[in-house]
Amino acid sequence: MSTLHQDIAALTPRLQRYARALLRGDVAAADDLVQDCLERAISRSHRWRRGTDLRAWLFTILHNLYVNQVRRQCRAPDTVPLGDTDPADAPDSGERHVIIDELDKAMQCLPADQQEILLLVTIEGLKYREVATILGIPEGTVMSRLSRARERLHQLLNGERRPGLRRVK
Amino acid sequence: MSYRTPITDADLHAYVDGQLTEARRQQVEAHLARHPEAAEQVAAYQNLNDALTSRYGELPAASEILPIPAPAPRSRRWRAAAAAGWVSIGMLAGWLAHDLNPAGRAGADPLVVDLERPAAFAHSVYSVEVKHPVEVSGTEQAHLTGWLSKRMKADIRAPRLTDEGFQLIGGRLLPSTNRMAGQFMYERSDGQRVTLYVRRGDWQRDDTAFRFARQNGTSLFYWIDGSLGYALAGELDREQLLKLAHAVHGQLHGQNAVKPPL
Repeated sequence: MSTLHQDIAALTPRLQRYARALLRGDVAAADDLVQDCLERAISRSHRWRRGTDLRAWLFTILHNLYVNQVRRQCRAPDTVPLGDTDPADAPDSGERHVIIDELDKAMQCLPADQQEILLLVTIEGLKYREVATILGIPEGTVMSRLSRARERLHQLLNGERRPGLRRVK
Repeated sequence: MSYRTPITDADLHAYVDGQLTEARRQQVEAHLARHPEAAEQVAAYQNLNDALTSRYGELPAASEILPIPAPAPRSRRWRAAAAAGWVSIGMLAGWLAHDLNPAGRAGADPLVVDLERPAAFAHSVYSVEVKHPVEVSGTEQAHLTGWLSKRMKADIRAPRLTDEGFQLIGGRLLPSTNRMAGQFMYERSDGQRVTLYVRRGDWQRDDTAFRFARQNGTSLFYWIDGSLGYALAGELDREQLLKLAHAVHGQLHGQNAVKPPL
């Protein structure tokens, strides 16, 4: 059954990219997460049914591990509270960094599930239906959370209420 | 123009994400042409997608890609896996054989854990690649061996196997169990490929005889020479592969044993 292993190997770079985005550049932690995911996938590969979507199956495993990790971290005392942190509070160190850090910080202000939806849709290019399967939520919920995520992200990055209301010509 | 279904916020998201049917996409475009605030909203979503893609869209470098872990060779998990049928009889036989080995269990033998298995797996992953079999081409051999030597902090050389009918097509750097590894790939005119896997390790010995293993149709000879471990893998029969292993060993033998740290 080396083909399953090869198929998993072919998807590994995408899992790593996704984990690195979720953990925003903490490469070691992201790779640890993917390593756990791969180990779990290999040890449970008898549960995967040939012909079903291997990518969705792997991302589901990764999502579950990530959620557990986020839960653990939320109990840890040194975490930044999710919700209303303002990226503008961060000390700036040069123009180029500001833009990059702002996106990282803005992403951090979104609830974990909204971050995942945004990344799965934009980076992975997954269908809303596939994202719903991976996260175990209805497709309609994916849509409403995606909408909220984009509105909030836009607001955080542009310091305004709604996209579309910025300029009056 | 009238719409059968009104354009919703969900349509605007799906438009940006390229998830609409062609018919619906055209309806949304007509809507955007007539509603500048909707068009501006779409542009804002698109900007976000672009920012996310440029910040997070890059795949990890080839040398950073994690290897697929081997199933843990112990406990219920192993037996369940074997029962499920995805462990080859060959690997199981190898595991049983290693239990008789004075080095102890297969899991404790660094030659098996750090050399045989990762080499076999790296071979199975890359030797089937059509487009990207190697990271650096064999035409840049000096660059390839220089790069691998630098990264692995050892004198890494690619043996010549042209007399045996194999051309070097290139190589790559790989993450191994706890160190980096290099892989050279060779190809015969009939398309048959062999790979030579090389890495440093905590072998606790500085030379061994050839060991032979067979996994899923792939044969391997592996050995320790100085600080380096080598594994030659291919879908060849034992005699053919042994001949190549002798050629590799003959060219590389002793190069690291006689190279004292300066």
